[in-house]
Amino acid sequence: MRKTRANRKTLQRASGAGRGLWSDAWRALRRNRAAMSAAIILSVVAVLCVFGPALSPVEFDYLDWDNVSVPPGIEGWHFFGTDDLGRDLFVRTLVGGRISLMVGLVATAVSLLIGVSYGAVAGYLGGRVDQVMMRIVDILYAMPFMFLVILLMVLFGRNIALIFIAIGAINWLDMARIVRGQTLSIKRREFVEAAQAAGVTTPRIIRRHIVPNLFGVVVVYVTLTIPQVILVESFLSFLGLGVQEPMTSWGALVNEGAKAMENESWALIFPAGFLAATLFCCNFIGDGLRDALDPRDRSA
Amino acid sequence: MPLIEVRDLKVDFGTPDGTVHAVRGIDFELQAGKTLGIVGESGSGKSQSVLSLMGLLADNGRSGGSARFEGRELIGMADRDLRRIRGNRIAMIFQDPMTSLNPYLKIGVQMAQVLELHEGMGRRQALKRCGELLEAVRIPDAGKRLQSWPHELSGGMRQRVTIATALLCTPALLIADEPTTALDVTVQAQILALMQELRRDFNAAIIFITHDLGIVAGFCDDVLVMQDGECKERGSVDRVYAAPKHPYTQRLLAAVPRLDRNARPRGKRAAKAEPVLEVEGLDVVYSLDRPRMFAPRLKLQAVTTGTFAISPGETLGVVGESGCGKSSLARAVIGLVPPSAGRVTLLGGDLQDADRKAWMAARRNMQMVFQDPLASLNPRMTARQIVAEPLGACRGDMSRAERDERVVRILNRVGLKDGQLDRYPHEFSGGQCQRIGIARALAPGPAVVICDEAVSALDVSIRAQIVDLLMELQDELGLALIFIAHDLAVVRQISHRVVVMYLGRAMEVAQSEHLYAQPMHPYTRALIEAAPIPDPRVERSRKRELLQGEPPSPLNPPPGCAFSARCGFAIDRCRQETPKLRNLAHGMVACHRAEAIADRRA
Repeated sequence: MRKTRANRKTLQRASGAGRGLWSDAWRALRRNRAAMSAAIILSVVAVLCVFGPALSPVEFDYLDWDNVSVPPGIEGWHFFGTDDLGRDLFVRTLVGGRISLMVGLVATAVSLLIGVSYGAVAGYLGGRVDQVMMRIVDILYAMPFMFLVILLMVLFGRNIALIFIAIGAINWLDMARIVRGQTLSIKRREFVEAAQAAGVTTPRIIRRHIVPNLFGVVVVYVTLTIPQVILVESFLSFLGLGVQEPMTSWGALVNEGAKAMENESWALIFPAGFLAATLFCCNFIGDGLRDALDPRDRSA
Repeated sequence: MPLIEVRDLKVDFGTPDGTVHAVRGIDFELQAGKTLGIVGESGSGKSQSVLSLMGLLADNGRSGGSARFEGRELIGMADRDLRRIRGNRIAMIFQDPMTSLNPYLKIGVQMAQVLELHEGMGRRQALKRCGELLEAVRIPDAGKRLQSWPHELSGGMRQRVTIATALLCTPALLIADEPTTALDVTVQAQILALMQELRRDFNAAIIFITHDLGIVAGFCDDVLVMQDGECKERGSVDRVYAAPKHPYTQRLLAAVPRLDRNARPRGKRAAKAEPVLEVEGLDVVYSLDRPRMFAPRLKLQAVTTGTFAISPGETLGVVGESGCGKSSLARAVIGLVPPSAGRVTLLGGDLQDADRKAWMAARRNMQMVFQDPLASLNPRMTARQIVAEPLGACRGDMSRAERDERVVRILNRVGLKDGQLDRYPHEFSGGQCQRIGIARALAPGPAVVICDEAVSALDVSIRAQIVDLLMELQDELGLALIFIAHDLAVVRQISHRVVVMYLGRAMEVAQSEHLYAQPMHPYTRALIEAAPIPDPRVERSRKRELLQGEPPSPLNPPPGCAFSARCGFAIDRCRQETPKLRNLAHGMVACHRAEAIADRRA
């Protein structure tokens, strides 16, 4: 430890200062080939999902009874083939991607917002407040997730917004725990003590000193949460609890494709490929970010 | 023939930004039974140079040159052969005894492994030998200690265990990398004395790496001064300390504060001024976890009846070993931990029942400089933001423009240039970071600044600069400084008055010139005797009465005088009755035997 720190110091002196923490991290990330290719692939997928459906002459829910179960090909614009109802799988995969990615982003944003503020407050205030807040988290943890989702479905009917809420409501618990743990260690760092000694108020210490220093961990966790959320949504759709036909998501498509796997392998391969590629990319970016943001590893 | 002969040793590290030359060609040789000290500041390559001898460089390191040890070339030797030499013919003692022992293995098992590996001994025979060595390093109850876990031993004991482990195979060469840096000064003196004896008994050569010029003076035969990977000067300690040739060595020696030299030139200090800060009977008690369910919480009395007053322009030094409560005292005074009893009066205002508002006002007048220069600055804020923060918090009376202007002025005053103000902490060196820390403390215009080990983490030459800066600022602004440190020499350099603490209590309070010349308390005496002086001749002529043992745990303080267990003058009364701080000769002392000791000396 001592050694690497000394090395870092000499290196910094050698290479000349003038770099912020984030630009440092950005440089480290750019050198990480796996993370950079993952980022490129992910952006391509995202752009395709947003603009791709407009390129095709058919709508995602158009039933073409003349072209049922057509294998992939250029003719007839069915790049990914059609399903057993004659719907174009290219368009369906991309439209499903919109849903999946949106679920990933929105649910993660919800969990980010609640989880970070909740965890940071609990961790920083500590003592009784922390005890109570974390016990609430424990109780929520104990709620069976599937049961919650089914309950919501029964009460409000099937609705995509419910999925966002359900997933976000569960995911912020993890985020809160992680953030709290991190806050506990940051709280003991000298600069926080220095801020207290300088008379800085508690909300301001949390805002200015605790939260910015959580970024590294949180950013990494977010990139790992997005695929997790997408998977959960896929799982729900697979069970028939997710999006409602004719709207679709990657999970729903994989479900249908799996049923027709023997005759129409393309109905499984394409959505599953997109899903897997997205998950892979998120995980690689997460790994890259973790390495890039780890100050101990910042050897250059 | 020398035991080890090193010629043109080089160490390079390949990094994404190019090659870093950590060591740029050093030469030395060492005879059996002799000691070579390698001194240098952090980043000078002193550790890397010896790690390369052992083949222990990090993965991106490469070594070059030649190092012949007992006729064999170490550089470029196959790892399999090196492993046979490591731990066997060359042994190493690391800095942190906490981390160099495996917490999951008992002491005996851990030590026996070395013998089983290198000498092919059976477990029983190995354990017997380990017991003998633990006795050789003066660990009481050595046989029982073999069954202990590392966490059951104190820091000094653990370092003894690592030394015993290093000696197991009677190595010809012992490499000690800052072996006493993590230890208290009295324990350090014990370990050094022990190593000196062992060198004689085992006739081993020692390479002693340290940043402390004082230790080298007393412990080593030869010295090699390193800077930026180069050897700046090499020679016998007598020659180098008496007549340093290289300007860097000269500067280094001049920068070391000396215990036996007189203190700071007295600045203008307001004589007989009203004290700005008065602390009376301050107790700090921490509540720990319950040992068992439903048992009462354990209480740790960190500070007992802390009492002092300080006037403008005065520096009060607080010294003591780790765990003596000096940091707790500071934190309680500034309100970071709640005191459980006592009174703090700042500028005439009582802070005991102060509400939040009163505390905010008090913070404006009392600020703190922290130990770790980098850790005490938020890595996500620029220097300018860091210094502006306390101003924003407790100087609501100033306009934004006034505050901005003040931030720049203060940062310039502590020596930062305008172009550097928007940089982040990791872009500054340790000394610069500490300057920012000082600027932050000065920003609201405080009357009292508490420096908690503010220079301990800095290199010698930087430390001297920071101490000078603090003294200048004090004279300019009439600050009252509370300077907490474990290094007696630095405290002597900066302080007018000194408090010596032991186990949460003040043992002696006196003017610094009196305290160092005629210590009244036996603990003060022991501390002064244990501190090394960077002068080989003085070191050799010093008669030391080494303090035995280590400070007791504050969880379980001895009855009576806290120091009685380690005191050579203790009588029955000391073990029963806790001495009060009382006036004597030049100051105050908490010792029943102070007069008797003074008489004995006279």
